[in-house]
Amino acid sequence: MSAGQVHVTIAVNGEPVSAAVEPRLLLSDFIRHRARRTGTHVGCEHGICGACTVLVDGQPQRSCLVFAVQADGAEVTTVEGLAAPDEPLHPVQRAFHECHGMQCGFCTPGFLMSTVALLEERPHPTDEELVDALSGNLCRCTGYRNIVEAARLAERLCAEERVDG
Amino acid sequence: MKPAQFDYQAPERLDELLELLADELTDVRVIAGGQSLVPMMNFRLAAPELLLDLRRIDELERLELGGGELVVGARVTQARLLRELERDGRWPVLAEAIRHIGHPQIRSRGTVCGSLAHHDPTAELPALAVALGARMTARSSAGTRQIPAEEFFTSYYENALAPGELLSEVAFPAWPAGRGWSFQEIARRRGDFALVGAVATVDRDGSGAAVAAARLVVFGAAERPLLLDEVDELLRGAAPDAERVEAVQRLVAETVTPVDDAHAGADYRRANAARLAAAAVERAWERSGGV
Repeated sequence: MSAGQVHVTIAVNGEPVSAAVEPRLLLSDFIRHRARRTGTHVGCEHGICGACTVLVDGQPQRSCLVFAVQADGAEVTTVEGLAAPDEPLHPVQRAFHECHGMQCGFCTPGFLMSTVALLEERPHPTDEELVDALSGNLCRCTGYRNIVEAARLAERLCAEERVDG
Repeated sequence: MKPAQFDYQAPERLDELLELLADELTDVRVIAGGQSLVPMMNFRLAAPELLLDLRRIDELERLELGGGELVVGARVTQARLLRELERDGRWPVLAEAIRHIGHPQIRSRGTVCGSLAHHDPTAELPALAVALGARMTARSSAGTRQIPAEEFFTSYYENALAPGELLSEVAFPAWPAGRGWSFQEIARRRGDFALVGAVATVDRDGSGAAVAAARLVVFGAAERPLLLDEVDELLRGAAPDAERVEAVQRLVAETVTPVDDAHAGADYRRANAARLAAAAVERAWERSGGV
């Protein structure tokens, strides 16, 4: 470990990832370059676009506005953590697929994580709450209508999943 | 878009952190949520030599509202305070203001004290601190002092903290039953900083037909949130009729010192600060009730 580096361990989708990092390494870069989970997309890198949204200890956060050293010991969930490749899609992913809640797809991981976080906190959000939760994510293709529809379908699919257990 | 190099420490004890913060030869910055600081570092508008993280100092997690006043420690996030306020029901104007801060992804990490110390004059929380008469606690290796919110915000992105001082907590006075309130702002998009805004609170007297006390703050229209002391005199002792509300509107238009920037002109800010202030006073009166 060279001078100035800090040893951190961050659980990414349940798997502990340890590395010696410079304090200036952003959590978004830790996730992509150290944990090698490239589903988290990096757009603006200054907290405007929301593409890099992940869950840190269950809370939605912009990973470009967190230094990896600040997340030492935290549990991070990325889009890969929603469903394993051999598993059925997460209901929120299914809803975005069915409603075609995307155009180019670059912003999609961020929208998925924001929607997952919203529905965890408020299983039946009002229109105001839903739009507030999604307003922190930008879609440069402007495909918002289908994204909002997808979030509404996700609400129903998540509720069904809870009933079916 | 990557920050410059810096050293990082996350001490476990507050006295340890204050010792490090007292180092006058190093450009030290404190980080809590980092939702304003990290973008500035990513742009290299800020390039501190040493970043001191509050994350391990448990005493800064303090969030108390049982004893009448509301005490918020330096690590308390905006989302945590909002949840607590929604459960409790008091300080509804503070809850409403927090809903206007950024987005859930920002509020889940951004702290109350961080936003206060950062002092963007168009931000919601500095205006609320002044409107509610909050008291800020500054800690340093030399001791502790209290600063009234009205004296804390000095100019754009400047506050009354001396080098080596940390804003360790903020205390909002008790919220009286029957207090009316209003929070108004204009922002270009949801979650943006306000172009201009106003916060008003009104308490009715025993008869229920007149104002006993009123406070009005406008923000985004000067170098800091402006408390208009004269509003209390203008409104006290009667119901705020059209004439009095108009007097408030004129007073605001004459007092504010907005500037032109890329987002809005000074005239626009002046006109809307006055309009929102009048609307805030009327709404706060409507919401107020007899005690």
